[in-house]
Amino acid sequence: MKDRVVIGMSGGVDSSVAAYLLKKQGYEVIGVTMKLRNSEDFEQDSSKDSCCSLSSVEDARRVCNKLDIPFYVMNFTEVFEEKVVNYFIDEYFKGRTPNPCIACNKYVKFDALLKKAKALEAKYVATGHYARVFYDSNIKRYLIRKSATELKDQTYVLYNLTQDQLKHILMPLGDYTKDETRRIASELNFDVANKPDSQEICFIEDNDYGKFLRQRKGESIKPGYFLDTKGNVLGKHKGIVHYTVGQRKGLGISLGKPMYVVDIIPDKNQVILGEEEEVFKKELVAINANFLPFDELQHPMRVRAKIRYSAAESDAWIIPERDNRFRLFFDEAQRAITPGQAVALYQDDYLIGGGVILK
Amino acid sequence: MNKRIYLDHSATTYTKPEVLEEMLPVFNEYFGNPSSIYSYGREAKRLVDKARDRVAKALNALPEEIFFTAGGSEADNWALRGVAYANKERGNHIITSKIEHHAILHTCQQLEKEGFKVTYLPVDKYGMVSLEDLKNSITDETILISIMYANNEIGTIQPIDEIGKIAKESKIYFHTDAVQAVGNIKIDVKEQNIDLLSLSAHKFYGPKGVGALYIKKGTRITNLITGGGQERGRRAGTENVPGIVGLGKAIELATENIDSYNEKLLKLRTKLINGIMERIPYTLVNGHPEKRLPGNANFCFKYIEGESLLLNLDMKGIAASSGSACTSGSLDPSHVLLAIGLPHEIAHGSLRLTLGEENTEEDIDYVLEVLPEIVQRLRDMSPLYEKVKGGNQ
Repeated sequence: MKDRVVIGMSGGVDSSVAAYLLKKQGYEVIGVTMKLRNSEDFEQDSSKDSCCSLSSVEDARRVCNKLDIPFYVMNFTEVFEEKVVNYFIDEYFKGRTPNPCIACNKYVKFDALLKKAKALEAKYVATGHYARVFYDSNIKRYLIRKSATELKDQTYVLYNLTQDQLKHILMPLGDYTKDETRRIASELNFDVANKPDSQEICFIEDNDYGKFLRQRKGESIKPGYFLDTKGNVLGKHKGIVHYTVGQRKGLGISLGKPMYVVDIIPDKNQVILGEEEEVFKKELVAINANFLPFDELQHPMRVRAKIRYSAAESDAWIIPERDNRFRLFFDEAQRAITPGQAVALYQDDYLIGGGVILK
Repeated sequence: MNKRIYLDHSATTYTKPEVLEEMLPVFNEYFGNPSSIYSYGREAKRLVDKARDRVAKALNALPEEIFFTAGGSEADNWALRGVAYANKERGNHIITSKIEHHAILHTCQQLEKEGFKVTYLPVDKYGMVSLEDLKNSITDETILISIMYANNEIGTIQPIDEIGKIAKESKIYFHTDAVQAVGNIKIDVKEQNIDLLSLSAHKFYGPKGVGALYIKKGTRITNLITGGGQERGRRAGTENVPGIVGLGKAIELATENIDSYNEKLLKLRTKLINGIMERIPYTLVNGHPEKRLPGNANFCFKYIEGESLLLNLDMKGIAASSGSACTSGSLDPSHVLLAIGLPHEIAHGSLRLTLGEENTEEDIDYVLEVLPEIVQRLRDMSPLYEKVKGGNQ
């Protein structure tokens, strides 16, 4: 019997083509759109093409009909609220800048969806990520390599997947470029072939996360003071959640020279500003470390590290610390190492692992 | 897919061959516009009139009290808005229940935004509204009581006779959403003091896209669609003649055979409920033990999710439902199950099986064979169930 695969379908071109490729490879494919937000939000969103809007569900359904595979919408609103939305909010109130997509991958796509897939007796969950998941029989571990196209590579958001998860994950687009994906989609006459890539956070309207935080927890947003690195008060801020390390624009004060957020201190409700050179740092500490080729980091290791989805990789050393942490030293200072963001580690095109930046 | 068993007759039914047979010539032979004066038009008009007579007879109403609509939701919308708007000088208060269909609930919410006040009566653990609560909710401002006849999810049948009496004594209009009741329960709008009643053909082996609103003569209600003079000027637009003909035939068949149909469904349902309760532990039956639709069985299987259960049943060819399907096709916890007091996590594990004409004893046997296996497999994956099992050993 063919292995059964549940593929998460956003209604976009990537997951649509991924579903087609899996079917072509002989899997028994079931398309699933994950409903992540409750009805009211869901229906308001229907005018937009965010990833769980009604129109996206219809797009995914149409693709599945075309491929003649079953299609279901599954409800993940509760786990999404708890593990992604609330985490997102809490992180900002802790003065950090979260990456909700990484949380969603870990707890929703590759945990909650995987469980539901298993409930349907499926062996795998598949997605349209641009990454290559494979089993290395020499070291008996599942590994991730960057996608064939550096440009669309999405391995950054996958650094924290466990061996148990990877065992059940298929990413059929790893060997394709985005152009090839679009070409396949238009050859198949998928209506979604030319849909633009989604860029924004799917649950935030108009890319305005500040507005979202005000709506959800406005009462906890307290104005406070901007300080310089020596402790001098420079002015008033609108609440720490509105700032992120490295930010220059939108500070709302004029100091006669360009100033940047260099630190956020939630306990004191302070935002620390500094000049451009103060935004550059060579060192970070990461928590919740996860590694792909081994369980624990034993020795210092040479890596290339990436501190943001859109950042370039830089040479660095990582050094193990207790409690599943590591310390990382860049060869050259990096701009805006931002607490809450993930740092992903590479050697060549292998994803070695990563962690969440603590400081 | 090999075997397929349809157990979702509350969602919709197939169209009976006798119904289809009457409808087919309307598409090509009697295709005239009922408003036209020549013979084609007269033929079509005669067919619409005949259907109206049949619906009236089924409800013990007058033909001129039957207004065809595009279905149950349209009839519900019309009844609520139409009565609310036409009687707003008399008062602005509407009484309904928490377990109505969304066609009622969402319309009421809309009316609230427009300035009307709505009381949503609670229900007891069987899904029954309390007559005391109803009486206590009535104010000088109350213009309409809208209580569903039988619930679409748990099948509970409301005390319609008594509600009709209370409404009549209080001189308040009484609407009932009888979409699930027609064809299952004998209805007499005169005897039961019903002023408005919604019905939908596809719930009793008629076609989709056609329904009716019974409006008692003399009821103050605004018109639904302005335009031509169809439906006595109240719902303009060329009639859906094939659908209306199908509705007429279907309601005639449904009311003629109501006793034997009920008997058949009741027998199957008893077998189904008993079989499930014997085979699957930690199971609740939702709804009233007696006062319920004969084909309705609604269960909660603790420690599992309805969603996974339904999808697994689908893969085994069994068509069932859970909660109310939202626009996306995903499942939200049912407002009805929450209203009868089930905790959220239990309401999540619900399964509705609604029986119909073509179901057989063998169908039930198949369900009793397949369902316990699926429930057990899903429970074995549930951490909550692990704890329960551990505690019992």
